[in-house]
Amino acid sequence: MASAAITLAAEAPKLSAANTGFMLICSALVLLMTPGLAFFYGGMVRVKSTLNMLMMSFISMGIVTILWVLYGFSFAFGTDKGSLIGWTSDFVGLSGIDKGALWGTYNIPVLAFMVFQLMFAIITPALISGALADRVKFSAWALFVALWATVVYFPVAHWVWGEGGWAFDLGVIDFAGGTAVHINAGAAALGVILVIGKRVGFKKDPMRPHSLPLVMLGAGLLWFGWFGFNAGSWLGNDDGVGTLMFVNTQVATAAAMLAWLVYEKIRHGAFTTLGAASGAVAGLVAITPSGGAITPVGAIAIGAIAGLLCAMAVGLKYKFGYDDSLDVVGVHMVGGILGSLLIGLFASGKGQSDVKGLFYGGGLDQFWKQCAGVFAVLAYSLIASAILAFLLDKTIGMRVPEDDEIAGIDQAEHAETAYDFSGAGGGAARTTVPAAVGSASKKVDA
Amino acid sequence: MKLITAVVKPHRLDEIKEALQAFGVHGLTVTEASGYGRQRGHTEVYRGAEYTVDLVPKIRIEVLAEDDDAEGLIDVIVKAARTGKIGDGKVWSVPVETAVRVRTGERGPDAL
Repeated sequence: MASAAITLAAEAPKLSAANTGFMLICSALVLLMTPGLAFFYGGMVRVKSTLNMLMMSFISMGIVTILWVLYGFSFAFGTDKGSLIGWTSDFVGLSGIDKGALWGTYNIPVLAFMVFQLMFAIITPALISGALADRVKFSAWALFVALWATVVYFPVAHWVWGEGGWAFDLGVIDFAGGTAVHINAGAAALGVILVIGKRVGFKKDPMRPHSLPLVMLGAGLLWFGWFGFNAGSWLGNDDGVGTLMFVNTQVATAAAMLAWLVYEKIRHGAFTTLGAASGAVAGLVAITPSGGAITPVGAIAIGAIAGLLCAMAVGLKYKFGYDDSLDVVGVHMVGGILGSLLIGLFASGKGQSDVKGLFYGGGLDQFWKQCAGVFAVLAYSLIASAILAFLLDKTIGMRVPEDDEIAGIDQAEHAETAYDFSGAGGGAARTTVPAAVGSASKKVDA
Repeated sequence: MKLITAVVKPHRLDEIKEALQAFGVHGLTVTEASGYGRQRGHTEVYRGAEYTVDLVPKIRIEVLAEDDDAEGLIDVIVKAARTGKIGDGKVWSVPVETAVRVRTGERGPDAL
């Protein structure tokens, strides 16, 4: 997030209609990423759990919005308490925020900043859901989202972006959320799946994506919305840094998609659509923390590195036997770590600040700062998320009964079917169509 | 009467339909099916994970025929279905005791 440190002008800033309009559009773009993510994930699961996957993202738009208004914004961006959390009572319920009040030294209203940041708080828990596909009780997930946002996201956002947060003060660069969003969500995913375990039939049953067109649609919406996520994070466009970020977002994503596809063609013999979509997302993740600090050529390098290494990382789950169902760890955690650490090498000193990385003669100073941010957030999120999942599992239970998981979680948890296959179905669909119409009507009656 | 069943490659359906119409067949039933024979399945790859898909999409065609027509009809289907590559499918026939046209109640060959 934009560093507010440079306050040369003594006079109070005046509201900029251009920047305010820009921020509201960016907020809407970032919101669109969450349904985009729902499609991206929803297409990747088997047909019997499509709706559950969509809903796991969608519900975050409900829960987190309310929490953010009530206390989340205060926790994340209130006055610093001990470098760990914020608190400003005027922010509670947004009750004390005047509609014309400006955010810090910026020329946009507090409410514009607040609603932009809300969209980040929504998508971050939604990102976790991909690792938990097909098997988590919806009530447990909803509760997890509320608790995780409160205990993990709000404080971590404060550490990284809040004035006085320890990572912010240390000088960790995280332009738009490589650490606070992607490493945070990826590590949380890892923590939760280590507690709840694998899907029934993991590594044994074929679990191929039921709709790659949905995955592509979702990846496209993510790419589109990500311009708001990244460029908007400078909170205005008075000095061109947001524009640089916009350009680098496009460049890194392109490079990452190509790198993933080339790797796949060499390694597995085909250019897959899932590879193209995944590569693009890996590039978007990696450029998120770094795009304001590097040159477009640096963006090509970071994108390509992320595309390649994430393509390699997604295979690790089979080796280590953890069921990161849709590769939240392999794409978001790995991509986030790469993007954050590579700032320490590629920072040009000509972007958001004059900090230079190793390749531009700045030594390794920034690299070590990036390491501190990355590993602190990773460890905190992993441990806190595992504890939350453990507590929920011991109380209300995290997983649906095995029979429901096999028959399809959509029927059991949502009493609906994603597609009407009452006509003829394809071969693969036949085995995965939720079997019992009877159980659906029972559910509805109950 | 005979019931002739053909399980064939989906993209041959139109050829077969036309050939059967030319032969004078007035009606048939088509079902989407899946299965495998010597052809077995194929391999798909998703994020590096390779899946062997055993069951391949097929079309199952069912036609009722009078005894005298059955052999000729089978030949017509086989000719229209053949690509010469593995996975072309199978055609077989079984005796049928009776058939009824639901609308009129006609029975036996009159129902065809």
